[in-house]
Amino acid sequence: MSTKYELSAQEKKFVGWHLGLAVFALGLGSLFGPLQALEHAGLDLYPFLKPLFKSYYQGLTLHGVLNALVWTTFFITGFLTFTTIYGLKRPLKYPKLNLVGFVMMIAGLVSAAIPLLLNQATVLYTFYPPMKASPLFYLGLTLVVVGSWVEGYGFYFTYAAWRKENPGVRTPFISFAGILNMVMWQFATLGVAAEILTMLLPWSLGLIQNVDPQLARTYFWFTGHPLVYFWLLPAYLSWYGMLPKQVGGKMFSDSLARLAFWLFLLLSIPLGFHHQYVDPGVPAIWKYIHAVLTFSVFFPSMMTAFTVVASLEYGARQRGGKGALGWILALPWNDPSVAAQLLAGLLFFFGGIGGLTNASYNLNLVLHNTAWVPGHFHLTVATGVTLSFMGISYWLVPYLSGRKLWKPKWAVVQAWSWFIGMIIFSQSMHILGLLGAPRRTPLGLAPYIPAEWNSRLLQVGIGGTILFFSGAIYLTVIIATAFSKQKAEASEQVEVPVAESLQDVNLTPQWLDRWAPWLYATLILVVLAYGPQLFEQIRNIALTSPGFKVW
Amino acid sequence: MSAQKTTLHVDPFERNWLIISFAMLVVFSVVIAVSAFGMGIQVPVPESRVDPRTVASDPNSPWSNPGVREIVPGQKYDVYILSKTWQYLPAEITVPAGARVTFYVTSMDVQHGFKIQDTNVNVQIVPGHVAKMTVTFDTPGAYDFICTEYCGAAHGAMAGKVIVQP
Repeated sequence: MSTKYELSAQEKKFVGWHLGLAVFALGLGSLFGPLQALEHAGLDLYPFLKPLFKSYYQGLTLHGVLNALVWTTFFITGFLTFTTIYGLKRPLKYPKLNLVGFVMMIAGLVSAAIPLLLNQATVLYTFYPPMKASPLFYLGLTLVVVGSWVEGYGFYFTYAAWRKENPGVRTPFISFAGILNMVMWQFATLGVAAEILTMLLPWSLGLIQNVDPQLARTYFWFTGHPLVYFWLLPAYLSWYGMLPKQVGGKMFSDSLARLAFWLFLLLSIPLGFHHQYVDPGVPAIWKYIHAVLTFSVFFPSMMTAFTVVASLEYGARQRGGKGALGWILALPWNDPSVAAQLLAGLLFFFGGIGGLTNASYNLNLVLHNTAWVPGHFHLTVATGVTLSFMGISYWLVPYLSGRKLWKPKWAVVQAWSWFIGMIIFSQSMHILGLLGAPRRTPLGLAPYIPAEWNSRLLQVGIGGTILFFSGAIYLTVIIATAFSKQKAEASEQVEVPVAESLQDVNLTPQWLDRWAPWLYATLILVVLAYGPQLFEQIRNIALTSPGFKVW
Repeated sequence: MSAQKTTLHVDPFERNWLIISFAMLVVFSVVIAVSAFGMGIQVPVPESRVDPRTVASDPNSPWSNPGVREIVPGQKYDVYILSKTWQYLPAEITVPAGARVTFYVTSMDVQHGFKIQDTNVNVQIVPGHVAKMTVTFDTPGAYDFICTEYCGAAHGAMAGKVIVQP
């Protein structure tokens, strides 16, 4: 069974453009992260940027939108295009359809970038009404999301064509996982689509005068939490289906890997009220039901923790690793792609524990909107996801460009410096949150800072500075690789890591390769968990909030 | 060829791990239910709705004249606080230690936060809704309340104080 398959030059270019824009957004957005961190440490550089960027909040909005929305969405659609084609070993059924989707995403990015850069959309990446941004901002977000849907339709057509050509064959894991992530995303983004299309866009265009901010929050968080699984599942795809190969091992359990992904489809969406525990307009019982559902989505993550670590251990023992924990040292830590993903996984574990804390209903009274929250999601999306994507790009960019990775040792330094910088940054943010420091706040202005916060605020600045340098190394390595004049020799071409399963995949139960029952179950669960509250909130809609521009 | 049966392959170690994970989540859910619905450490629940456009000006609205209302001297107080960019009205209130103090907070413009430091009071202020939280301050002193949701340029300066008298 050969895993060799080669993408066409055109396909490589297409995926490469996704990655290029993703990395560009990451680079630009990451410039602002350290500015926020340094402001906390007492060194506010924003006044020096005044002609270009008006405020801390414009910077924070750019940081959130570019890093959390653009870098992720562009990287993911590109990576999933790759896993669809490479896993199924066939070209896209309608490459033009995918191209249309991608062009829509770019148009959306440009449309949103204009008001963001002109300080006309300084509403942060959650854009809670009744703060009102330029219509171009909402239009841009819509185009990015709809563009990603269109690219997803391209995956579905390709998958259907493959299925016709390969009846009875198990869907290759990486293609299955990638397409499932796209399906989940299309379900999940219905919330934000309803928010923008029924309220925010017509409101910003002046077609309606007022909106209902509570209903908007409910729509937003319908999408807002599955959004984090949309970011996370491609990293899981790599940890399950690719990383084991990179460490010389196999996937520990094909059937449990698939079961975990099905559970993520089923459980990622019906839990958004855990972001609204302290909202005044949502009844306690629905908040509690979503708390339990949030715990339930932790279950497939625990499955992942076991299967991924078992796969790594298997690989390490194949390489001669010994001892209960000694095998960890036998992993190929000098491979930057491996090092980045292992370190990402390690910090993600702590992010997961923090996430469980966030989900714990009344504990949210202590944590809601404190510095704990960005502390938490810098372990998850900014490390578990982002550092994994960096690790993936350390083989994917050489593969797509036909170049050798520029200075792999620097790439290893990058992974470690991200890890260390993030520990310092995130740990101090968590503690500040417990002490009562709010998130999203330039603390230099705040009249309520006790002296005990100061040493932690300084650490935030130190962590942010380390991360800035780590990000700069990443950009340098990727740009130097992609635009190197020297092509790699035939013998130096990157092999795409696709892990085989320890168990024969044909023994994986048939019900783990059937879509319909899982899709129906997902739909039913979403309707049960959201239907009654959405019905109530829409029935009692109060369009009483006019827009404000307060920045 | 097709003699082998398909099975959901679960390693014994993995089975135990999953059982423990599941049991842990059940325990967490029960502990939280008891603390919230049994012991009353509860998140905010819907109180009432207002029109943010008139809530500060309508003479029938308590927020047209926000501040402290003494219900039972020394024991029970209601506090009406209006949030707006970028201040609370009133920005300072005084209550006695040991009294049950119920806050009713709403916004006349954008979303805000209302978090009283060193207490369990922490609520999202959504225009159109009234956020209600009850707390007893046992220790005299000054407690900052701060805005925890981005509400525009001077969000960081938006704060107030509860003075708890002995």
